[in-house]
Amino acid sequence: MRDVAVISVAQTRHRRRVRELNEVEMLMPAVHGALDQVGMTIDDIGFTCSGSTDYLAGVGFSFVSTLDAVGPWPPIQESHVEMDGAWALYEAWVKLQLGEVDTALVYSYAKSSPGDLPMVLTRQLDPVTVAPLWADSISLAALQAQALIDAGKATEAQMAEVAARSRAAALGNPHAQLAWDRPAAELLEAEPLVGPLRRHDCPPISDGAAAVVLAAGDAARERVERPAWIRGIDHRIESIHLGLRDLTVSESTRLAAQRAGVADGPVDVAELHAPFTHQELILRHALGLADDVAVNPSGGALAANPMMTAGLIRIGEVATRIAAGEADRGVAHATSGPCLQQNLVCVLEGEG
Amino acid sequence: MAEVTLPPSLRDVEPVRSVRTPARLDYQFTAGDATSRFLRNVARKRIVGQRAPGGRVYVPPRGADPELGQPTPEEVEVAQVGTVTSFCVVNLQFYGSVMEIPYVSALILLDGADLSIMHLIQEVPADEVRIGMRVEAVWRADAEVEPTLESITWFRPTGEPDDADVRIPGEDHGTGLGSWVGGVAPTAALVRNPRTGQGGPGGAT
Repeated sequence: MRDVAVISVAQTRHRRRVRELNEVEMLMPAVHGALDQVGMTIDDIGFTCSGSTDYLAGVGFSFVSTLDAVGPWPPIQESHVEMDGAWALYEAWVKLQLGEVDTALVYSYAKSSPGDLPMVLTRQLDPVTVAPLWADSISLAALQAQALIDAGKATEAQMAEVAARSRAAALGNPHAQLAWDRPAAELLEAEPLVGPLRRHDCPPISDGAAAVVLAAGDAARERVERPAWIRGIDHRIESIHLGLRDLTVSESTRLAAQRAGVADGPVDVAELHAPFTHQELILRHALGLADDVAVNPSGGALAANPMMTAGLIRIGEVATRIAAGEADRGVAHATSGPCLQQNLVCVLEGEG
Repeated sequence: MAEVTLPPSLRDVEPVRSVRTPARLDYQFTAGDATSRFLRNVARKRIVGQRAPGGRVYVPPRGADPELGQPTPEEVEVAQVGTVTSFCVVNLQFYGSVMEIPYVSALILLDGADLSIMHLIQEVPADEVRIGMRVEAVWRADAEVEPTLESITWFRPTGEPDDADVRIPGEDHGTGLGSWVGGVAPTAALVRNPRTGQGGPGGAT
């Protein structure tokens, strides 16, 4: 295996609605921010990979026009995944493992605001049996939360604590969309939005973008003092049919964590892509995190949940903390699909 | 594999061979900064593009220069006269079409621009349209002009002599050699890098 590290991270300030910019205009500051921080241009990049989905823009092949943000001339090696940018990072990591290139640019972006996001997300469900019912993303998450409560594995109070802790942590995150400091007990006084979920249990709808630069071995060491080395990365998928899964656990996260080697050392920090509060409780268990691990110090997806980007940001947040020397070993997690259907786990470490 | 059998209650039911699940999603499109400025100018009967730091003028602008990957902050007005760089004669009526066939859809390089816009050519028989033909915009009446390219009803010939040396924008990528030189795809040596200025005909500059 080659040593591959995250050496640069940039993201936009996430907002409920970015009306004044198109997608490429919104993306450019993230791409150039990530390149500029390490003094690179696209000419120094061996491979470029992006993550986004046409369903958010309502336009086919929408990623092609955002490629303008990187300057793809003379021709570049480039690829796209119709997934969160965390999966684009995985593809870039595989490409770097092949040894053909030493550097990669990974970016992802989403304007979630043009459509009705919970409705748009129904299009990722099984097209024959479930999608025609237009089961929206909040209702499906509520089914999962209720299953968790019924199984005695979580309480609404514990869920409120996740919200209170995440949103308070987001006060220190300059990119966050939603941040406030209110006690969990006060949150429980609110009426349910879709029972048992209250508004605080749900993520904001976000427009935003992020970019990351990867480099292998000496290419990383030459450019930054403390690269955040990817020591393990794995992703697993479960059935699209919710009735075939135990929604109170995340078997795919557990497997991915095992293969990525989460338990091989102490974890200082974990950034979990848990859009709904109860999902953090499921993921903590699946990842086997100790109680003293700092979970989502950025505020996580409850602070900003730009689709197709929030997972890549989790990797970026862990890498940033390692680069700054605030953590030595961290876990980043990304999810996609309804009720934590697919999950990616990435273990990052600093040296020395 | 175990044999699959139907329960008795389903034995005489007609098998399902297909299902239809119609879906519809509505979006509120926002054009973004560059395209909004372009469309607002169209509503004033002006065609305004954006110039990249390297010199190319994009019409319509998207706010990004695909060569440099950088913003294109400088606005420039271009002419409403241009040259046909490519065209297609439409001989089939299709769903949603409001045009009488045959008609011509063309790529038009406006004077001062480095990117063609697609529009209709009218006021000339379809079989007389040709690459290099000089054309001009024909606008709707003032009261009907809106922030849409449909405010230009079509383009018509100006009667000027053809541009025999018509540039096909995007084909030469600054090499001046066309995208394929002697049937060979551009190599690193033939390609000018807009960020470094390296490469292109004559080597490094």
